[in-house]
Formats: sequence, structure tokens, C-alpha cells
Amino acid sequence: MIEQYSWGRIKASKPAQIDFPSANYSFLQRELQYLAKGNLRSYGDEAYNDNGIILNTLHLDHFIHFDRANGVLELESGVLLEQILNLIVPCGWFLPVTPGTKYITVGGAVANDVHGKNHHKVGSFGCFVDSFTLLRSDGLIYQCSRELNSHYFYATIGGMGLTGIILRVKLNLLTVNNHAIVTKAYKFRNLEHYMELNAELERQSTYTVAWIDCLASGRSLGRGVYYTGEHAGYLERLPAINYNKRTFPFTPTKSLINGLTLKAFNTLYYNRPVAKSPQLVHYDPFFYPLDKLLNWNRIYGRKGFYQYQCVIPNAASDAMREILRRISISGNGSFLAVLKTFGSISSGGMMSFPRPGLALALDFANRGNSTLDLFRSLDDIVLTHGGAIYAAKDATQSREVFEAGYPQLNEFIKYIDPLFSSNLWRRLYGN
Amino acid sequence: MQNVIVFGSNSTIARSVIDKLALERCNFYLFAREKSQLELQINDLKVKYPDINVSADAYDALVDTGEILNGKIKQAFDQLGRVDLVFIAHGNLPNQSACEENWQDANSALKVNGLSIIEICHNVAKRLKEQQQGTIAVISSVAGERGRQSNYVYGTAKGMINIYLQGLRNSLYPHNVHVLTIMPGFVDTKMTTEFKKGLLWAKPEKVANDIVKAIHAKKNVIYTPWFWRIIMRIIKLIPENKFKKMKL
Repeated sequence: MIEQYSWGRIKASKPAQIDFPSANYSFLQRELQYLAKGNLRSYGDEAYNDNGIILNTLHLDHFIHFDRANGVLELESGVLLEQILNLIVPCGWFLPVTPGTKYITVGGAVANDVHGKNHHKVGSFGCFVDSFTLLRSDGLIYQCSRELNSHYFYATIGGMGLTGIILRVKLNLLTVNNHAIVTKAYKFRNLEHYMELNAELERQSTYTVAWIDCLASGRSLGRGVYYTGEHAGYLERLPAINYNKRTFPFTPTKSLINGLTLKAFNTLYYNRPVAKSPQLVHYDPFFYPLDKLLNWNRIYGRKGFYQYQCVIPNAASDAMREILRRISISGNGSFLAVLKTFGSISSGGMMSFPRPGLALALDFANRGNSTLDLFRSLDDIVLTHGGAIYAAKDATQSREVFEAGYPQLNEFIKYIDPLFSSNLWRRLYGN
Repeated sequence: MQNVIVFGSNSTIARSVIDKLALERCNFYLFAREKSQLELQINDLKVKYPDINVSADAYDALVDTGEILNGKIKQAFDQLGRVDLVFIAHGNLPNQSACEENWQDANSALKVNGLSIIEICHNVAKRLKEQQQGTIAVISSVAGERGRQSNYVYGTAKGMINIYLQGLRNSLYPHNVHVLTIMPGFVDTKMTTEFKKGLLWAKPEKVANDIVKAIHAKKNVIYTPWFWRIIMRIIKLIPENKFKKMKL
């Protein structure tokens, strides 16, 4: 029996079969349910299809065409962002939107309408998708764009893989001078200070993101370090990068992240000296700090971990304070807690997660019921304040929270492929 | 390396080897079974390496034999001029129990994984001998080193290749033509999707790296990753008396 683990490693998935999709793929086993999977970087059960057929897109990994003059790249959906960057950066182009790992497929980036540190300026990944081809179980391939089959276009961007399988994607790229990023760090004392700093810095900066100390409480609640970044201009000397990746070698029985290690790390990280002047760095450590340690997800031990990512609308910063307070009291949480404000530019994806507001993402070692209880109390706050939970990270939200978070859900459901489903979808809606 | 012919160019390992050789600016003549996949592969290489030449032809290891194969190989040599490397990576992983049930399955497994590879070697060896230079590199398998109940039909084909390549290496040595036998262990490729992967499994990029290094270093036989040399030495040392009772 084949087993698959998503990034959180909470539980293995057991699909009945794995297939290789192609343009002339036929959906023969109509009694089983299909789902495409990419590089299994989603945290929860979104890419799981127990007892169904998994269509492995990792072998749909060809570039089709690259217009080097105009920055338009056409490629198959299983190509990893890393492979795209290796190709385009030396030619003076960059991904206009990138999430915090480059080990995801371009198909996965579309299906989750991923966002990056520049969401407040440019919107999400879907904003830069010119078009794609979608294979549905009726055997037809649909060319989808804002003009052509636009209902499938907007249902598939952020559509969690439920509308069929994305075969090819055509992307518009961002022009850059080189691979360097100019970055600057600022400390903030608490959430209020973050809001002040953010109001000023996000107007000026292309990339913004903040690390927060999820254990700080009282007047320090929500303290952290704010980072900004810009693509560098013309440079005579470029920053080098150390390409040596390390692999976390084994899965410990127990999570290595516990109250003690977390407290020590967060205190040290917050109090470390921050350079006053801007630093010049390679894009890799700026965008993908965690990719340097391959399989870092094993740190959480055999029971795995959850990520909780929610967005709270702008007007409700008190809600975010309450969320941070509860996490701080719980003593759980992770080294990498990330705060980011989303802007108002939308890709139009019916099920897109990003929306104007304040987004928080952090990991929690799986401690069974106590972790789930914490999530339920956080979910209540998200629900009350009109927020949403990100499907790519989710393994626990209820149907009620999901339905409240995605107002175009009923429209989206019309475009789900009748033979496609996932563990996530069955968790929310049954069979 | 400058001019390279690849058989089974669309296999996961071959694609990774081609990527590495393309960085050295090799020109390629590719053979693979599916025409549509070949077209994709050519596009992909043109996007990634705009300054190399790539040509391709479809071939089916079971059908294209004799004069047809000869014609296709001649075409490749004519087009490339001098050929520096012929890399053979085609094959499939037959279902052992189907092969035991049905002679047709066993027969075609032996042809695809054994005879067809030998026929290609036979054909290109003559041409490389004329050139008085070049390398033939063939993907075999550690499965060819000892027959085991779980895959001895596949193992037989690979064992046949191993012996053939030993002889070929010996015979081509005076003609400055080098022969490399590649013995991968478990590799995470299309062929092995449904297997549960453990510690012994290697990534195709790692295997491709080893292969390219071995081609440059004119190695005779390589195990990749390296620890398979030790594992196979131990497996070969087990007396047949004991071995026949084991479940491997």
C-alpha cells in the first residue's frame, strides 16, 4: 500500500492508486474519486485522497515556452517554483508572487492562489496567471483565462484542486536587475507598535513580513521583528549564496519544539541585534529561509504538527490581539510565527484566501485534544470577526467556519468536477 | 562530451542526466517511445538551454529492431557527426507474478530490458569502433546480480546485459571506446511510484550526478548510490543453500 504524508505529517494518506496524468488521460474508474497532488507541501488534508486515485503532477514538469523579451512563461503544472527561478532569474525575471517555500508546484500555487510578502502591493499568485489548461473528468481540456471559460478560471484559482487537473499554466513574470534583495529589519514592541510601523512601511516597501514572539504577553503581546525588502537596482558586486542545504535527518519520537526550547529561541531571537542599515542579500534566504533545512517538518516528531493560518479583516485588530493572547497563554506555538497584512487587490479566485486584513500563521506541535481545543477557540474568534482559515494549511476547521469564510462558496461548488474530491472536502461535506 | 545519443530519453534518470550534460553544452539526439513526450522534452530543453541543438525520433524497443533500428541510429550518427556518448536508459519494471503466469509478459520483459538494449549496443559499437572513440553507458540494475523470487525475470534481463557489457568493454578497449555499466539501487522514479520509499531510496538527481561523473572518469561499473556495492557484495556471498530459503 502506498502512503503519502502532507507537510504536517499528522497522519498518512492511503490512496488506492497513483496515476500519471497527461493531456490524453482517461478517467476510467468512475467509481473512484480523483485528485491531483503536487509536491505535498500543503500542511493538512487538502492533497489527500484516501481510497481514491491520486494524479501525481510531479511528472508534468516540462517548460513549454519562455518569451524572454516580455517575461511570459508557459509550463506544465508540476514544475517547482525552484526550477522556474533557476531558469528565469539569470534572464532578469522573477516570480511576481512567491510563498515562503520554493518547493511547491506551479499547479499548487494556482490551486491555492498563494500569496507572498508583497500581497499589499500586487495581490496573489492568481493575479499573474495569464491562462491555464484544465482537464476535467468529461475528458475535455478547457482553455481558461479571464476571457475564456472564465468561470472555470476563477473557480480553479484557489479551488483546492477540486475543479479538475491543471495541465499547463501561462504566467506573467516580474522584471528584475539581478538576484539581490535589499532588506531592512525593525523591532516592534507589541501589536500596536506593529500596526503603526506597518502603516508606514507597507506604503514604502514592496515586500513586508513580520516575525512575532508568540509567547510574549502583557504589554509585550505581539512583539517581534519587521522585515522589508526591495529588489536591488544595478549592482557591480552581487551577494553570493551558500547553496549547501541540510536535511533534518530523522523524525524524533517527541517534538523538539516545546515550551523550553521555544521560550529560549524567542527570547534570543527578539533580543538579537538588528542592523540599522539596509542589508544586501540573495533572494533565497530572504524568501525561503526554511528551505535551507530540508525536511524541517520532522522536528515536530512522530505526531507531526498543524499550521494555523487565519486572516482577520482590518477593522478587527482587537480580535488579533485576542488570538495572540490565547496562543501566548497556551504556551504552544512555533519559532516561526508570521504576521502579514494583505491588501485589497484580488485575483478574483472564488475561493481565494487572501483578503484585506491581518494574517497570522504559526505551527503547533500536535498535542492531541489540547491543540484542537485551542484551534476551536481561535476559530470562534475568526468566525465572529468575519475572518477565514487558509485551506492549504488547514486540517481541522469546521464546515461552519469554512462557509462563513468563503462567501462565494455556493458559486464555486457548481464548478467542482463531479469525479474530483479530497479528504479536506469530505471532512467538510461528507461524500 | 559534445554529441550525445540517448535511448529512453524520457525516463526520470535520463532526463536528469540530460540536464547535467546540457549544462556542458552537449548536443543531443533523443530516442523515446512516445512522440508527444519527445516533443515536450525538446521544448523543455530549448527553453532551458537555448544554445544547444536537440533532435529526436520516436522508437519502440519491441518493434523497432533490425533494419529499422539501424536506419534510426544511422540517421542520428549522420546528423550529429562524431558521437561522443551513447546513453541507454530505456526499460520497464515488469510485474513478476504476471510474468510467471504468462509467457508473453516474461518474453516482452526480457526483450525490452535485455535484448533490445543489446541490439542497440551491438549497432552503435560498430560505429564507435569506426570512429575510434566514444562511450557507451547503459543503465542496468543491481537486480541483475542475483536472481531473487520477487523480480528474477527483470533480473535475468539485467544480468544478461551485465555479461554482455563486460565482453563489449573488453572487445572495444583496443579501439578507444569505453563501456560503462550503471547499477542503480532503488531510485524514486516514475517506474517505482507505487513502492514505499525507505532509507535505501535515492533521488534521480543524485543518481544522475553519479552517472555523469562516472562517464567523465571512464569508470567501468558503478553502483549508485555507492553503498549498493557493499549490499550486493553481501547478497552475493550468501550461499545458495541459504539464499533459496530466504524471502527477498
